[in-house]
Amino acid sequence: MAATAAVRSSMGLTLRLSRSIPDCSICPLYKLKSCVTSVGSLQRRGSFDSFRIINRHLQTSIGLYHSEEGSSNAEDPDDVVNLVYIDRSGQRIPVKAKVGDNVMYLAQKHGIELEGACEASLACSTCHVYVSASHFDKLPEPEEREDDMLDMAPMLQENSRLGCQIILTSELEGIELTLPKVTRNFYVDGHVPKPH
Amino acid sequence: MSGHKMIFSGLKVWTKGRSRPAWISRFHDGMNGRGKASFSTCSPKVCIVGSGPAAFYTAQSLIKARQDVEVDLYERLPVPFGLVRFGVAPDHPEVKNVINTFTQTAKHPRCSFYGNVNVGKDVSVKELQQAYHAVVLSYGAEGNRSMGVPGEDLAGVYSAKDFVGWYNGLPSCRELSPDLSCETAVILGQGNVALDVARVLLSPIDILKKTDITQPALEALAESQVRRVLVVGRRGPMQVACTIKELREMVNLPNTRPDMVAADFEGVTEALKDLPRPRKRLTELMLKTAVEVPGEKEKRNKASRFWGLRFFRSPIEILADPDTNRTAGIRLGVNKLEGSGEGARAVLTGEVEDVTCGLVISSIGYKSIPIDPSVPFDSRKAIVPNNMGRIEQAAGLYCSGWLKTGPTGVIATTMNNSFDTARSMVEDMDSGTLDVSTARTGSQSICALLGKRGVKPVTFSDWEKIDIVEMRRGEATGKPREKLLTVEEMLQVARKNN
Repeated sequence: MAATAAVRSSMGLTLRLSRSIPDCSICPLYKLKSCVTSVGSLQRRGSFDSFRIINRHLQTSIGLYHSEEGSSNAEDPDDVVNLVYIDRSGQRIPVKAKVGDNVMYLAQKHGIELEGACEASLACSTCHVYVSASHFDKLPEPEEREDDMLDMAPMLQENSRLGCQIILTSELEGIELTLPKVTRNFYVDGHVPKPH
Repeated sequence: MSGHKMIFSGLKVWTKGRSRPAWISRFHDGMNGRGKASFSTCSPKVCIVGSGPAAFYTAQSLIKARQDVEVDLYERLPVPFGLVRFGVAPDHPEVKNVINTFTQTAKHPRCSFYGNVNVGKDVSVKELQQAYHAVVLSYGAEGNRSMGVPGEDLAGVYSAKDFVGWYNGLPSCRELSPDLSCETAVILGQGNVALDVARVLLSPIDILKKTDITQPALEALAESQVRRVLVVGRRGPMQVACTIKELREMVNLPNTRPDMVAADFEGVTEALKDLPRPRKRLTELMLKTAVEVPGEKEKRNKASRFWGLRFFRSPIEILADPDTNRTAGIRLGVNKLEGSGEGARAVLTGEVEDVTCGLVISSIGYKSIPIDPSVPFDSRKAIVPNNMGRIEQAAGLYCSGWLKTGPTGVIATTMNNSFDTARSMVEDMDSGTLDVSTARTGSQSICALLGKRGVKPVTFSDWEKIDIVEMRRGEATGKPREKLLTVEEMLQVARKNN
């Protein structure tokens, strides 16, 4: 009995922690890329080993939260979709995602600088991405409102779509999403931002 | 070390607004017990003038790029968000979703909002430069280009900027009370603002009453006699400045019929195939609207309101009713085009045309104005001369948004241009061009200065009190918000003790 109680209470703690993570989407640091997301980018750089434990713990909590909510299980191989974001500096960022994920929110979750000013309500074009040729035709046709918004997107191309309108399916395995290099000075002079 | 900071600042925010577990509190306070904005004794301090999209996107980008920078926003009004609140049409609530991201930025521990501070009057740019390592001017374009024609000052002639400010609750436009007792309105200019105004003038009141349009504007529009709106441009259909979303909204406006001149579209069909996609789709929609299939037209025949685009016309003079000295019409000069495509020029042919109308709204562009004599200003282009956001010949001074580029573009454009400015600043901090090695006093000294001058800033949590009151008032009438219309009332609510 005592053991059960201990397990229950420790689970309670885990659940409480895990509940605090989704709240993160409303915390300022979520989009500012300095909470979950910068921890993620730290891990990518392979530094700050001592903090990896915290990070892993947080990610486990995210997984736990999702399964608790009854959404698809990221561990189920049928549900996994591997994709690659190519950020504005040309860096390739592989992401393991799952069927049903929204490309814009997924990018934000992984600290990739893809804005979503209107929050997926088709009123802006800030989540504009280029879709890899082999996957472009696998996407459902854009609705008229998306096309109207794309017309306002800087650096529009034939393979342009709004990230917020792309929902992952198993057909999209291997999709590559490139963020347009819309900002000028950064790329023209070849400046590479240093980690701070 | 910066790794520590990041994680601790993250923890701080995760737990913000909720009761923090005690261990986090202790942990956090132990590491950083001095509270907000105390990350380092010598963190770069940046001040941004304005609090519209350019200001917030610049702030967001700076905070994200450097873990030590502190950003303060100074806004003339007690309320933030600039044109998102006072420019975006009330029936475009989705566009206003950006406020959520801006709010996240404003609540960031390294960001502070100071409303009710008029830079250039309450505090000078020089004083801000002494208190901060860098000053970013992001106050936008609050002036408007004038038509420069006789009769411009007659009763019944308004600038779109004021008209939009009136229905959106901009305190300085509260008294506008435009006369809507005429049947025909002429809007000069064919950009998105012109179409916003046309749409608001013709929208069924049942649609508007569910938006955050101000109550006085709603009442005036309910009584409006305006049945016909002509949106006039100097050049042709291939040069209109609006975007397709706004045009489509006009086409689909309930109980309203488009009324175009088919002859204006001569040769347009042939030119379509060579156009870039956005221009092509826009022109196709216009063309379809102008030469609509008869069946569609019958369906719309019951419509009681009309709108139309009129091309190749420039304003020559606003005509007055000799008895009332009010607007009674407009004389338009007929133009022909020289050249083609985006660069085509309108040239007067000498032919003129008079249009009877009681309302003229000029929507030919916003214009930035200088706020401080110490800041360079290009009065011809009406922008601050700059190189990637660095104001020329003024170290430590930057600009973003419409003040930097001129008043064009949608939210994505302003976002990118603000990110560019932030990037320039970070480069300058990294390279040492912008010296951030010596500590600056930041808001501490500016607030002391303002206090001496009798100016009491409005904080972001003060704004949240206004926000709550506005939303509560809106709820009572089935609107998302009922805006407070005077600065006095805003200040009164802001200073209430919860």
